[in-house]
Amino acid sequence: MSETNAPNFSDDELDTEHWLHIYEQMVKIRTFEEAANELYTSAKMPGIAHLYIGEEAIAVGICEALRQDDYITSTHRGHGHCLAKGAALDRMFAELLGKEAGYCRGKGGSMHIADQETGNLGANAIVGGSAGIATGAALSVKMQGADQVAVCFFGDGALGQGLLYESMNMAQLWKLPVIYVCENNQYGEYTHHSETTAGSLVGRATGFGVHALAIDGQDIRAVHHTARLVVDRARKGGGPAFLVCNTYRFRGHHVGDIDRPYRSREEEAEWARRDPLTLLEDWLVKSKQTEAQVFQRIQRDVQTAVEAAVAFALDAPYPSESEVERHVYA
Amino acid sequence: MSTLENQTQVVRAERNDGALSQPRLEAERTAAFAHRAKPEYSPAIHAPDARGITFSQAIREAIAEEMARDERVFVIGEDVAEAGSVFKVLVGLVDEFGAERVIDSPISEAGIAGLGVGAAITGMRPIVDIMFGDFTTLVMDQLINQAAKTHYMSGGKLKVPMVLRTTLGASRRSAAQHSQSLHALFSHIPGLKVAVPATPYDAKGLMKSAIRDENPVVIFEDKMLYQQKGPVPEEEYTLPFGRADVKRTGDDITIVATSSMVYVALEAADQLAAAGISAEVIDPRTTTPLDVETFVQSAQKTSRALVVDEGYQQYGVTGEIAAVIADGAFYYLDAPVKRIGAMNVPVPFSPVLEDLTIPTAAYVVETAKALVSGQ
Repeated sequence: MSETNAPNFSDDELDTEHWLHIYEQMVKIRTFEEAANELYTSAKMPGIAHLYIGEEAIAVGICEALRQDDYITSTHRGHGHCLAKGAALDRMFAELLGKEAGYCRGKGGSMHIADQETGNLGANAIVGGSAGIATGAALSVKMQGADQVAVCFFGDGALGQGLLYESMNMAQLWKLPVIYVCENNQYGEYTHHSETTAGSLVGRATGFGVHALAIDGQDIRAVHHTARLVVDRARKGGGPAFLVCNTYRFRGHHVGDIDRPYRSREEEAEWARRDPLTLLEDWLVKSKQTEAQVFQRIQRDVQTAVEAAVAFALDAPYPSESEVERHVYA
Repeated sequence: MSTLENQTQVVRAERNDGALSQPRLEAERTAAFAHRAKPEYSPAIHAPDARGITFSQAIREAIAEEMARDERVFVIGEDVAEAGSVFKVLVGLVDEFGAERVIDSPISEAGIAGLGVGAAITGMRPIVDIMFGDFTTLVMDQLINQAAKTHYMSGGKLKVPMVLRTTLGASRRSAAQHSQSLHALFSHIPGLKVAVPATPYDAKGLMKSAIRDENPVVIFEDKMLYQQKGPVPEEEYTLPFGRADVKRTGDDITIVATSSMVYVALEAADQLAAAGISAEVIDPRTTTPLDVETFVQSAQKTSRALVVDEGYQQYGVTGEIAAVIADGAFYYLDAPVKRIGAMNVPVPFSPVLEDLTIPTAAYVVETAKALVSGQ
């Protein structure tokens, strides 16, 4: 973790109930991803999935700073973003299984979940592919005289894509309400970012004059407070921001990447000590806001909800064959 | 080199002997323009009593009318505002609608296409201006992986009502990166619609339809046609996509031609008429969707078909159209369906070479005569 410059923040403004809701959202993503992995290993899920385990604080910290009508664009590792923005567990699993009840009628799958009701403009399987779309949504907001904010999630791998820089340039030129959130989970697929990414990460944005910060992506409090600041700034016309959230992909690149020969078990253990769920639990207990039993109750409740959602998705019908030619054109 | 390619070169070289004797650039330009758009080879006239305006004015009128009609419509591109676009098609638009709706962008083709997709998904109706068709290679991901797939991948929830307008066509002596006709690339992609208007009337009607369409549409305007005049009604009208237009009726051979090749085909049809051959000239107007029925019915009537398009011949629009005609009219045909595209070479700079690469009326006449005579 190189650059971190999170602004100072006060915890006074958020109460325990809010933090427990945030905790529940993170647990929901963790439990969803573990169930997705189980569906894959038991051969019940077609294709593959890219798990968000270890990075939950970023999606939740950012999306909890957004309104329902704010926009996000997501990535191939996008389940966490979709859930954090308000997607329902059952329709998410149904989409992963290619069922008609899924968010995209089974035509999108794990990497393409879109849900306009929660402002999710779609997960994108082209690395950095949504930088223009999120920026265009922000342009739309400005042209319509509205006050939504668009958030573009992407990984460190997207820092190699030119579209991101073209988009950031225009966002800053036109003071568009867009937040670029770089989830630096250290690896682009199987290659460490230091082997592919020269120079400063935040410097890529400051070069355009974009307000840029690097923060600890494992610390939900740092992510959430920073998100509230930059979202508020963008909503008031202050222009775009760029956040580098330093984090770690606890699992492999995708569910089938189980040996992970490109990194050491020691490195993984080091990062596991900074599990975002545990960090929040520890802080809530140490600051005497709650007791450990509360976390177990939340985990049980979420587990029950996830099991019901999986059962729903497994039972749900596949799309009819007539669906194949629908929706090519509107 | 195949026999056909040999023939192509010979015929085209003969056709272009004149260019060798005209070394002056301006003279060459005039000559090149003239052979592409001679007014006497006018298409069948729609609205014959309407005032005559240029192709360029027709495009501008369509955009201005739609911007006045729908405040969600806006234009974004390089030099579209103050400069009125590099071909001056949009002159004055920024004065009429303001810099908020006619947006000069950085030279970032992928970026502005991406912004267009995002704006379209969230309630706007962007017209993304890509100066030269050659530069559409820079927006491939945004058009092919994003715009074309968003509606389908979202199970029909998200829509991308976006127009990308760009150019095609050689013979401006602009060399290989400013002269290509790349409409086939986009016509290949389910989820995109592609228009290739040939006349001011078609350009205006198709542009207005494109702007109102709920899908991403790519419009290719031949830069050699911008000064072409034709009757365009002042009254409101739109033209449907997927409906070909018979530019000239005939009985002996069907010539399907796109964009400026419509004029090449019409010139050829005149010459063929003098030789006693009656050619029917059909303009698809849109390459996706394609009006297969009109081609097939015509070919069933004439028993012979020839397809002319300025895209590279290999894997091109001519191949697709020839295939659907062969498929639908096989038992009526007296000869194989022939196709004439641009030569399969990068467009060269030297006028002498460039003129060899584009389909000419002379070569269309030669090919048509061979088809009709059964040679």
